[in-house]
Amino acid sequence: MSQSITAQPFYKRINKEWLIENKSLIALFSLIFVVSLLSPNFLTVDNLLNILRQTSVNAIIAVGMTIVILTAGIDLSVGSVLALSGAIVATLIGMDVPVMVALPVALIAGAALGAISGIIVAKGKVQAFIATLVTMTLLRGVTMVYTDGRPVPTGFSDTADSFTWLGTGYVLGIPVPVWLMAIVFIGAWYLLNHTRFGRYIYAVGGNESAARLSGIAVDKVKIAAYAICGSMAALAGIIVTARLSSAQPTAGMGYELDAIAAVVLGGTSLMGGKGRIVGTLIGALIIGFLNNALNLLDVSSYYQMIAKASVILLAVIIDTKKKA
Amino acid sequence: MTQAILQLQAIEKSFPGVKALDKASLNVYPGKVMALMGENGAGKSTLMKVLTGIYNLDAGQIVYQGKVRSFDGPRDSQTAGISIIHQELNLLPELTIAENIFLGREITSRFGRILWDEMNAQAAALLSRLSVSHTPQTRVGSLSLGEQQMVEIAKAISFDSKVIIMDEPTDALTDIETQSLFKVINELRDQGCGIVYISHRMQEIFTICDAVTVLRDGGFIHECAISDIDEDQLIERMVGRKLADQYPRIAITHQGSRLAVKQLSGPGVANVSFNLNQGEILGFSGLMGAGRTELMKMIFGAEAKTQGQLSLNGCDINISSPQQALTAGIAYISEDRKGDGLLLDLSVKENMSICALAKLSSGLQLRHNDEMAEVDRFIDAFNIKTPSRDARIGNLSGGNQQKVSIAKGLMTLPQVLILDEPTRGVDVGAKKEIYDLINRFKAQGMSIILVSSDMPELLGMSDRILVMHQGQISGEFDAAKANQETILACAVGKTLHKDIA
Repeated sequence: MSQSITAQPFYKRINKEWLIENKSLIALFSLIFVVSLLSPNFLTVDNLLNILRQTSVNAIIAVGMTIVILTAGIDLSVGSVLALSGAIVATLIGMDVPVMVALPVALIAGAALGAISGIIVAKGKVQAFIATLVTMTLLRGVTMVYTDGRPVPTGFSDTADSFTWLGTGYVLGIPVPVWLMAIVFIGAWYLLNHTRFGRYIYAVGGNESAARLSGIAVDKVKIAAYAICGSMAALAGIIVTARLSSAQPTAGMGYELDAIAAVVLGGTSLMGGKGRIVGTLIGALIIGFLNNALNLLDVSSYYQMIAKASVILLAVIIDTKKKA
Repeated sequence: MTQAILQLQAIEKSFPGVKALDKASLNVYPGKVMALMGENGAGKSTLMKVLTGIYNLDAGQIVYQGKVRSFDGPRDSQTAGISIIHQELNLLPELTIAENIFLGREITSRFGRILWDEMNAQAAALLSRLSVSHTPQTRVGSLSLGEQQMVEIAKAISFDSKVIIMDEPTDALTDIETQSLFKVINELRDQGCGIVYISHRMQEIFTICDAVTVLRDGGFIHECAISDIDEDQLIERMVGRKLADQYPRIAITHQGSRLAVKQLSGPGVANVSFNLNQGEILGFSGLMGAGRTELMKMIFGAEAKTQGQLSLNGCDINISSPQQALTAGIAYISEDRKGDGLLLDLSVKENMSICALAKLSSGLQLRHNDEMAEVDRFIDAFNIKTPSRDARIGNLSGGNQQKVSIAKGLMTLPQVLILDEPTRGVDVGAKKEIYDLINRFKAQGMSIILVSSDMPELLGMSDRILVMHQGQISGEFDAAKANQETILACAVGKTLHKDIA
């Protein structure tokens, strides 16, 4: 029976299930199609690269968020981790520490900050929402104390110039943040589909007690997931800081919601254990394209929020319909 | 026979790709207990869902009290007097017994205020009718599974049900609880209730039922009085072929000790010592809550022990997590497939290989081809019926899910395999296949601990049987000499193993 399904020509497979299964991709393409009719400036190479660059920060955070959500958790602290890691990297660059040293330090700091949430969730048995609500507030406070509420400039050294390249530079005509985003997605795809750890992520999110009885070190897997999420937020913080040549203590506020929206639009279940990283990429792109389109069409930023919320609501409703 | 109160006539129901019911019929008579038998997938549950209106029927009709009826859903059929008690209980653990019984139809004053005294009094009357000793204000979550079942029955009676359907009611019950359930069933029968009793346990069918209806592949096969059929004929009708001996015990000479447990204690387990030999099947009997599962999880490192020592092949081992147990060569297959046994959203392949991924990867990288080959080998060897290795395991039948569970443990190449209720919720045909598998492992020299509440299975498969009572071992029997009565006596706490041994 399964053979007859695969042997069908492509157009015959387009039924209701196929449409729901691929709804986010369809949504993305219809969005591109409609907006390119409405605005001649939309479908230009410059604008597309611009969109990709604007999407990259949210997309990179969303990768970490996907991994955490797959373990049936959530990480609200990503925005605070972004700000604190940004402040750390800006301080280091300001002290003329080489980029090749400053970057790993900031990424490891992000991983450590994420791991704090992970430890509270795994060892403290605190619900992820509460635990990361706490770390979100805590780390934002630490950032404020550390920066005294003022931006941290990266200075005007050669080091600072080469650091700025991470946010503003191009390789082969494509912005550096877009390259970073691509690398992160390929890495996450490999991790989730081709390593033991990836399988364990799905197992822990699917049924934690079954995972434990299967000999999986559930706590370690969870802590690692939050650590990865933290280092992704740190990478996003590096990009944001490099782009502005300074770290803002209020950077990343509200970013957790955009990241969660990208994950959910991509079809990953908030209950854990179900979802694909490709979906998250599509989800992040939908949000990015939508933002850009609404700007090009001169929709006021107030209405943009309403439009974005409507799209997400629609996607989630379709998802629950599928389950029913 | 008397006039049927409920008749399901030539019911047909199709789902995309499958014809789940193909002219299935069932008659329920007042004052009689009708057994509904069939292998998993024979259409029993689907038929019940069509009856209560969860599914619409494609063809056929439902005649209830002489009229053709159709129901919009469980609430509708329940109001009409047809109640179902599902295998998975539908109770809210945080509410009281009375609140559960009257959920959604609380007794209220004209202004919507709940009349607690009235409601509790009615609930108390129902409970005393079922000789449940709890007050109506008891929280349902604090009751044992058997008592919760009684609450479900109380709920069914409170609807003044004329037909009560019980789907595998004794699966989670201890023998004592089963006895009191039977008492209640007998009373209901005497009061003229028509009862449909769905179970895989042959013994119970012959104890409690008056007549039997057999379904196979969604169709009606046979209806007769229980006195007109014997166990073998019944199984034959269910599976459509003759079954060989159900428990083909094989004789193996045991060569020395494999696992020694010395004075193991912890929550729910007190001072347990025993020996497991190579190539031996050691059965564990006991009532629910006797501490069998706790003991097994402690050996497996999934629950903390307060004291005690394990040794494997003569060497002391220290196990404090399932990882360590699996590495040492001890595998545990959970009694609760849906709860902590399987990853229901993942595929057959992913479930089967989850314990053995370390062996199936080089460094970080999974060796997908090796994994697939290994999984296919087990699907083949265990005769697992699945559309493909990538099918979602939640879509497989109970027996096939269980085979995947066992394969999962075996992929780690264990020396000791602990099977906790391996045939719970598994149909007759698949049971036999699982027994054959267990015997095959035994012949290869594997040591097996078989925890089971199914007495004939325990007596038929084990070499030795240990009985637990309140966390302690209360008896040891040579399976060939043991019988159900003595084991049960031990399980309820009579220490008479000295007379036997």
